[in-house]
Amino acid sequence: MPTQTSEAPITRVTELQINGRAYKIDATSDTSLLSVLRDQLDLTGSKYGCGEGQCSACTVLVDGNPRHSCITSVGVIGKKSITTIEGLERDGKLHPVQQAFLDEGAMQCAYCTSGMIMSAVALLKSNANPTDAEIIQYMQGNVCRCGTYPRIVAAIRDAARMMRASSNGGAR
Amino acid sequence: MNKNLAPEIVLEPERYELQTPPVHHFEIDRRDFAKIVGTGIAVFLLSKGAIAQQQQGESGGRGGGGQSAPKDISAWLHIAENGAITVFTGKVEIGQNVRTSLAQVVAEELRAPFDSITMVMGDTRLTPYDAGTFGSQTTPRMGMQLRHVASVACDTLKNLAAKQWNVDAARLVPVAGKITDPQTKLSITYGQLAQRQAFETAVLGDDPLIAPADWTVAGKPLGKVDGRDFVTGRHKYVSDMKLPGMQYGKVLRPESFGATIASIDVSAAQQMPGVAVVRDGDFVGVTAPDPQTAERALKAIKVEWKPVAQQQPDSKNIYDYLKANVQTGGRGGGRGQQSGATDTSAIDSALAAAQHRLDATYKVAFIAHAPLEPRAAMAQWDGDQLNVWTGTQRPFGVRTELASAFHLSEEKIRVRMPDMGSGYGGKHTGECAVEAARLAKGAGKPVKLTWTREEEFSWAYFRPVGVIDIRSGVNDDGTLTAWELQNYNSGNSGIDTPYKTGVHSTPFHSTAYPFRQGSYRGLAATANFFARESHMDDLARAIKMDPFAFRMKNLQDDRIKAVLQAAAEKFGWDKTKPASGHGFGLACGAEKGGYVANCAEVAVDKSTGAVKIVRLVVAFECGAIVNPDGLRNQVLGGNIQGLGGALFEAIEFENGRVLNPKFSKYRVPRFQDIPPIEVVLVDRKDLQPSGAGEVPLMALAPSIGNAICDATGVRLRALPMIPAGIVKT
Repeated sequence: MPTQTSEAPITRVTELQINGRAYKIDATSDTSLLSVLRDQLDLTGSKYGCGEGQCSACTVLVDGNPRHSCITSVGVIGKKSITTIEGLERDGKLHPVQQAFLDEGAMQCAYCTSGMIMSAVALLKSNANPTDAEIIQYMQGNVCRCGTYPRIVAAIRDAARMMRASSNGGAR
Repeated sequence: MNKNLAPEIVLEPERYELQTPPVHHFEIDRRDFAKIVGTGIAVFLLSKGAIAQQQQGESGGRGGGGQSAPKDISAWLHIAENGAITVFTGKVEIGQNVRTSLAQVVAEELRAPFDSITMVMGDTRLTPYDAGTFGSQTTPRMGMQLRHVASVACDTLKNLAAKQWNVDAARLVPVAGKITDPQTKLSITYGQLAQRQAFETAVLGDDPLIAPADWTVAGKPLGKVDGRDFVTGRHKYVSDMKLPGMQYGKVLRPESFGATIASIDVSAAQQMPGVAVVRDGDFVGVTAPDPQTAERALKAIKVEWKPVAQQQPDSKNIYDYLKANVQTGGRGGGRGQQSGATDTSAIDSALAAAQHRLDATYKVAFIAHAPLEPRAAMAQWDGDQLNVWTGTQRPFGVRTELASAFHLSEEKIRVRMPDMGSGYGGKHTGECAVEAARLAKGAGKPVKLTWTREEEFSWAYFRPVGVIDIRSGVNDDGTLTAWELQNYNSGNSGIDTPYKTGVHSTPFHSTAYPFRQGSYRGLAATANFFARESHMDDLARAIKMDPFAFRMKNLQDDRIKAVLQAAAEKFGWDKTKPASGHGFGLACGAEKGGYVANCAEVAVDKSTGAVKIVRLVVAFECGAIVNPDGLRNQVLGGNIQGLGGALFEAIEFENGRVLNPKFSKYRVPRFQDIPPIEVVLVDRKDLQPSGAGEVPLMALAPSIGNAICDATGVRLRALPMIPAGIVKT
């Protein structure tokens, strides 16, 4: 995941596109996206775990690409669309990755779960049918201190299966 | 006592868990509890001590008196007029899934639908006193207490129905939240029975319980009861919480452990709009309306530190330091000293007479718990009343710390513990809550303080560093003639050997140490198991006996033998031989009512020395299994977390400073580190359940070390064994 920081002079950022809607904010351009999400907008599903892009608990999607929101400043986002864990559920229906984590019991304290799910969503956007080795390689940046890794791999595998079945059936 | 009850597990707390209990307990009265939930049926569990005290004329007052002061209520439940069942316990949910498993045992004994049960946990105002969630005690102790409460509640409901229908209660059947009369076919729901009741009953906990073999709700795999809140990000951990007008806090940390302020200038910070600077001795912190301003204000403070006078040990010479700084008559002691002979002359002569003698020294490094949610607390003062929300394994312990720090009586403090981002033994203390409360007091506004990862690594506490010396003797036939294990600083948990030995002694020595240290999942058992099980393998090698056969010959406990057998069978211990460059290893033991055995296969590249873990098997038994899904998660997770301490985790430090307080410098297990792991759960429905949070990881490190030795002939006697890391799977 590339780091995005602003080299530009500090300006004010007043709006972000998050989960399909525009949010008014008031932050200097060097403020981390994670802080704006959590402290200004109360979108607290994205977690602080390390502040250096090493644990991926803060992962969000920016134009569909996974980003460490703790080291991404709001100044570089512009009009790009941000997706957080809060934006995955649609009309009360969980995203297949969320459903698979639930079905598989792929969590313990679950503090890493949002970041795991967001990374997995990004993976399955780019690779609809990953092997276990590909899942493991892609998820290497995500830390689960409770040690739920094998179940998370299984959940991502299940989610991929569900999503392929759904797209083959022409559900959307 | 019911014959189903397991013999009481003797909990020997580690010395860090030995807290002087508070002198006074001001739990609210049972009637106050009832006021909280309104009408309905409430059932309380009274401890036997409380009854004895009441029989002595209640002269001691509520919970007053010395160290063993009974807390008269240990758990309770309430049945509301709408049939909702609420269970109140001081235990907390930290990822071990007890919110689910405790509800399961209540549903079982109460014969109520699982989803009618809500657990209220870890709130010092609403839940009865509890020492804390540690020591793998939630399932054996709180689980048992809640089963008794639920069982009496069920009897109460039967009696109410019997009275209403004017029939004998014995013929009534409770099922799925209703009492039914098989003769008249009448039935009535628990909610209906609770209507217009203001009924409370107290129980002792000696009524018969449903035997595990007859369980229908308990014993079944159930996922996290509120799992949907976590996969949607809706659950609010303390670090996610907010209050109106809340400020963000930051605390000034010393440049090294124990350093004090030589000079300080806070004026620049003080002049920043919205910022409050709070100073109280060497405690200095700031608050601000947003985290960025708080961070800037902290950086604006000019401070010079005065380090402690003596040069502090570093991570290289710490082991010599420990042995050179043994403290006599200190906080040590413990059961280690009581086992077998402590007379070294007896050991010396047994060693002299042994056919083979083996002495070795083992080391374990400081490691960090590194829970993914760092310490967080939110504090709000209302006059002299203090409300605190914090992630802790000991909400009542935090309340005591707050009472002491602010000279308040405990009744003025309410500590709440929303399900947290785990602890692993690392969140027993209340420092973050005390800091948040001090900042809130100084700022005159509610304050949230979330520690950074660096703070969590540097200013929490570590699993103790330690040195273990073993002297041993064995004869050609596999008889252990002498066994002496001396543990310096790491602790006395799991220090006793489960093997039949001639003369033996297992003393523990307290020493000085350079940082805060405390409980860690499994306590010192992980270190003591590592030393003992590595050493046992070398003894087997010395007499050319198969390590499995050597252990089976000397093990005295059939439950350890059973898990060792189960692990070896699943692994194929005697069915296959390791391929060239591969090695097999095993290890086993028992602690806290749990029985564990691990087998490992490793592959070592002879040219580079790179180690790859090929596969692991872990067999675990903890009596009757309450929730196989949760248990499997604990056993697997414990082993994965244990890989870090076994292989590559270590705190590096120098002169009072932690040198690697970041995930980029402190390696924790990640996806690519995880080998295939097979979990074998031994379900003993003839035994009552014990806990599972800690024991499953205890035999992991020595099983891997033994496999490495099998592959290479090289014995690794220090944890972590492979600091440079293993080959990725």
